[in-house]
Amino acid sequence: MRNFVSLTRMRIQLALRNRMFFFFSVIFPLGMFFLYAGIFAKGNPRVVSFFLGPVIALNVMGSFWGLSAMLVTFREQGILRRFHVSPVTATDMLASSIFANYLLTLPTVFIELLFARLIFHVTNLGDLVSLFVLVTVGTVSFASLGLVVASVTNTMQETQVLNQLIWLPLIFLSGATLPIAYLPKVAQSVAVFLPATYLVTGLQGAMYSSFPVWKLLTQILALALWTILTFFVAAQLFRWEPESKIPRSAKLWVLATALPFFLLGVWENKNGQILAQAQAAYRSLDRPSTSEQPKSDSPSMGNLPKSKKDSQPQQ
Amino acid sequence: MPDAVLQVDNLVKHYGDVQAVRGVSFSVNEGEVFGLLGPNGAGKTTTVEILEGLRNPDGGYVRVCGFDPQVSARELKHEIGASLQSTSLPDKLRVMEALRLFAGFYKRHRDPEELLKRFGLEEKRNTYYSKLSGGQKQRLALAMALVNNPRVLFFDEPTAGLDPQVRREIYDIIEELRREKKTILMTTHYIEEAERLCDRVAIVDHGKVIVCGSPRELKQRSGGNTRIEVKLAKPATNGTLKNLEGVTDAREVDGTYVLHTQRPPQAIVSLVKHLEAEGNELISLEIATPSLEDVFIEMTGRRLRD
Repeated sequence: MRNFVSLTRMRIQLALRNRMFFFFSVIFPLGMFFLYAGIFAKGNPRVVSFFLGPVIALNVMGSFWGLSAMLVTFREQGILRRFHVSPVTATDMLASSIFANYLLTLPTVFIELLFARLIFHVTNLGDLVSLFVLVTVGTVSFASLGLVVASVTNTMQETQVLNQLIWLPLIFLSGATLPIAYLPKVAQSVAVFLPATYLVTGLQGAMYSSFPVWKLLTQILALALWTILTFFVAAQLFRWEPESKIPRSAKLWVLATALPFFLLGVWENKNGQILAQAQAAYRSLDRPSTSEQPKSDSPSMGNLPKSKKDSQPQQ
Repeated sequence: MPDAVLQVDNLVKHYGDVQAVRGVSFSVNEGEVFGLLGPNGAGKTTTVEILEGLRNPDGGYVRVCGFDPQVSARELKHEIGASLQSTSLPDKLRVMEALRLFAGFYKRHRDPEELLKRFGLEEKRNTYYSKLSGGQKQRLALAMALVNNPRVLFFDEPTAGLDPQVRREIYDIIEELRREKKTILMTTHYIEEAERLCDRVAIVDHGKVIVCGSPRELKQRSGGNTRIEVKLAKPATNGTLKNLEGVTDAREVDGTYVLHTQRPPQAIVSLVKHLEAEGNELISLEIATPSLEDVFIEMTGRRLRD
């Protein structure tokens, strides 16, 4: 436990001294925030509130880039070896990376909420308990995914390629960029297989629809289960030595960690609860309403969105 | 050997088809500085890393402070200190932070301030690791190896890649530890280093210990002979140099003839006479006092370096 604490402190110190960290963990998420809130939502508080979920999801998911790159650098430079010859364990190393990353993500999320409130006048930030729980499981699970990527790749180049392969579908098909209800039907049925979709819809539910935790249990439990699985796989595959290479087939472990979402995706495609929630939220955007944000998940049928300039009727 | 801190018996390790270690045996007693001397790729580092618990052996018996590194790696790591080869610390970690961080990992540890002073790093306490010179990095590595006041120290090529002046600094540090009766296992491919620092040396080649003893014993074993190295205009007839008066042994190593003798003047006179008679010419001649290099040449027919 003491090793975990001192390693966490070290990781935070190192991150704060790293300019790249500031760019990717502070400047970049805030840039996305202003892009979504100022340009996509045109500053309309209700639409800003709708986009807060995706913005925070992107911020939270970003943890997996930084962590995979950091762990691979540490291994390639022989830094991990130095720790290996001390009493530090693989679990100390991995858990402290994740926890440090989590602590470093919170301030940016807080700033985003503050800006939403002060600059864009979003009066209702939704259910803050749900938000906190989802930010926590979200950061921890995507950080663990980053550690799995670091463990199944041998060089930084491989890590970056695999990161891109994972990242692109996650951000384009999960509702993190385009609202999920706006995607074609086929894309929607693919989306429910992706962990990111549960994070985005969960955060959106928490912030826009003010869903309490019990209404977001599917998302929270799925991400929590995934965290345990990815962390376990990361710990099993962890390597201290730069020259201990891993076979190419080990990359399949990344897919193995997606198993809970495979099952969930099949189930969701039958029941469609998550998609229904997302669609309801999307439709409610142009429902005339008071400054109050919608609290209901019962969809009002038949309205096509007009509040977004680039929206085209798809369904 | 009840007081042996390190025991290695018939240690075997291969990487795929490559046999890195093929039956290494030695033991190191409390308070002894023991050196593994051999060329690069001889299996020294692999041997040390197995003792440190960083790698698993494929066969043989290993005990470090009574622990089997494969079974009790965690307990073992509280007892050992190590400076590794090809290692590093995070660029933006400061010297003092590194010492404090590692001190915190151990059940018992020394005062990082005291280590900082002792290793001449006081002025560098707030310097980032990436800003340190090679010598400073190595001094920090040695300080960190001592941070838990270990029962046994492992120094893997402690002076590799350092310039001569810095190397001497490191020698001073190791000599001081030797005076304090620390148990040290070090590897090196520098003969002077092994001769100067080690109480006992095992010469390692191709994954095997070829000979083991104190530097003095080893040199005596090779006859305590002076080495004469000559280059000739024409190849010498096979075996003739060996039969010259005063020469005890002669062999060809990489185009140079290496003669061993206990009476250098006589050997040189008879060599010159012999060459005249043969119509051969002397291109160069060097005389070296006995060293572990001679032992290595004698045992392997090759030079230690290159």
